[in-house]
Amino acid sequence: MMEKPNIRDAAAGAIFFAIGAAFALAARNLELGTALRMGPGYFPLVLSFILMGIGAIIVFVSFATAPEQVGSVPWRGFVLVLFAPIVFGLTVRRLGLVPAMVITIILAIYASRRANIPLAGVLSLGLTLFCLAVFTYGLRLPIPLFAPWLRF
Amino acid sequence: MDIFSNLALGFATALEPVNILYCFLGVLLGTLIGVLPGIGPTATIAMLLPITFALSPATSLIMLAGIYYGAQYGGSTTAILINLPGESSSAVTAIDGYQMARQGRAGPALATAALGSFFAGTVATVLIATFAPPLTRMALQFGPAEYFSLMLLGLITSIALAHGSILKAMAMIVLGLLLGLVGTDIYTGTPRFTFDRLELADGLSFIAVAVGVFGVAEILRNLENETDRDVVIKRVTNLLPSKKDLKAIIAPILRGTALGSVLGVLPGGGAILSSFAAYSIEKRLSSSPRRFGKGAIEGVAAPESANNAGAQTSFIPMLTLGIPANPVMAMMIGAMIIQGITPGPNVAIDEPALFWGVIASMWLGNLLLVLLNLPLIGLWVRLLTIPYYVLFPAIVVFSAIGVYSINNNAFDLFTVSLFGALSYFLVKLGCEPAPLLLGFILGPMLEENLRRAMIISRGDSTVFFTRPISAVLMVLSALVLVIVFMPAVAKKREEVFQEEA
Repeated sequence: MMEKPNIRDAAAGAIFFAIGAAFALAARNLELGTALRMGPGYFPLVLSFILMGIGAIIVFVSFATAPEQVGSVPWRGFVLVLFAPIVFGLTVRRLGLVPAMVITIILAIYASRRANIPLAGVLSLGLTLFCLAVFTYGLRLPIPLFAPWLRF
Repeated sequence: MDIFSNLALGFATALEPVNILYCFLGVLLGTLIGVLPGIGPTATIAMLLPITFALSPATSLIMLAGIYYGAQYGGSTTAILINLPGESSSAVTAIDGYQMARQGRAGPALATAALGSFFAGTVATVLIATFAPPLTRMALQFGPAEYFSLMLLGLITSIALAHGSILKAMAMIVLGLLLGLVGTDIYTGTPRFTFDRLELADGLSFIAVAVGVFGVAEILRNLENETDRDVVIKRVTNLLPSKKDLKAIIAPILRGTALGSVLGVLPGGGAILSSFAAYSIEKRLSSSPRRFGKGAIEGVAAPESANNAGAQTSFIPMLTLGIPANPVMAMMIGAMIIQGITPGPNVAIDEPALFWGVIASMWLGNLLLVLLNLPLIGLWVRLLTIPYYVLFPAIVVFSAIGVYSINNNAFDLFTVSLFGALSYFLVKLGCEPAPLLLGFILGPMLEENLRRAMIISRGDSTVFFTRPISAVLMVLSALVLVIVFMPAVAKKREEVFQEEA
């Protein structure tokens, strides 16, 4: 009897299976070696197959468990919080620490539905000063505060 | 006795002014994040790992350890006063602790939690000092076969003790092991899964993965329902428990300490499991179980002792064998590796001052916590009025700068976001993130020992069963697996975790 699968389990199993398959695919050109002298591909390939196996079992079992709700994703927060570190990484070298920090903080603040302009102003100023105190003056981190072309 | 000269060396290290200072900072920070819901010790330690670069190895481990056990203290304060456990290990404390507070007995509840924790911390420190040297001596005789079997047992036990589905926990471990293999193969120099990215030659950055999995993913979960915290604080008066209270809590504290000490050593154990187990045992042993849930002081004493004992004894396998029992210990191992120390039994021999200094600092830290917590409770609770929308941007920017500062490359920050997203979805689908991190740390070690064992035995895979210690460990692994999958146990296990949720 095929019923509707438990979405949470089915999705988790599918993700594991897909990742396992991706690793197996990426490992296909690595030398396997023998059990005595295992090559670089031996252990990863075994693990990939185990992961695919467990993933498949989870999907299989999901048809026998009661359905559950997954719940909604806070997309605005999701996008902004995940973009914040990436944007920091992309800007810190070209603009310097201070501008990169300010952009990151503002992105993060707007991930919350409570964000507004006064809050963003006060909080970004405060956090920037705090991070400068900790990282630049406390730990003497050698990251330039401003990129050369931004200096006056 | 050896132990006294060792402890003397330990206290000499722990009492150096710089170490006292960082021990204090550690427990202060631990209490702070323990009080604040939405940020736990794992995320905090991941965030602060880059900062420990600047410190000496002993000082950095002393501070990180302080954060971990300090968080257990802080979590119980809010659990009792406002029924909001700051840490998951304090969730049980909230049941009876909050009821006591509503009956006007917040003072004795807080004092009980502090005294129980302090007692448990003291006992656990002595236990570590007693059992670490013989375990270290034993570990020195371990060959690759024993290490492989031991790690396998550790991984399997952590599956058994993980929340939720066993299959999902297994998958998370295997996924973690695979991710740990990314980078250059140590035997042949062949790059694996690096996609020709130079940044991946040394593997995925441990700190970046940890910050993504525990920091970013946690923020995303908290953004799902942003609610205001209404904090109504009554003044806490009359801290001292009565004579009757004292008599009632002695046995639960002793039992909780014993239970926590044992469970803490187990992989996947540690503070959370200890506190839940201690609570259910007290309830079962009590002559009047009906009082539980209605402000029974035993229901505060036992779990609070147990979670502190468990938090501390989980250092034993980390310090002696170099094998993490939980993600926080994995983080400690990461901290040692950053400092150029190879974790394992050699730490006790090559770095006695570090080894014993960390152990001695735990007792010192517990003392500081009692002094810090009881008089300042009002201040801690006021911290709860900090809204989350102020807190999480700070976490984001702090993590970003910290992760970037390790290698000065942007790639590690992409790793943070990637693992934040992956982990968020996996947690949403009911997968625990902790086993993934354990697998990630153990992956390279597991492979190395497997390959070495096979080379030494000339390809004979029975080596894992013919060497006595390894054989015992293998049999234990098999037993744990069988027990976990037995229908009766599986059902009972589900019930236990149901109660928690």
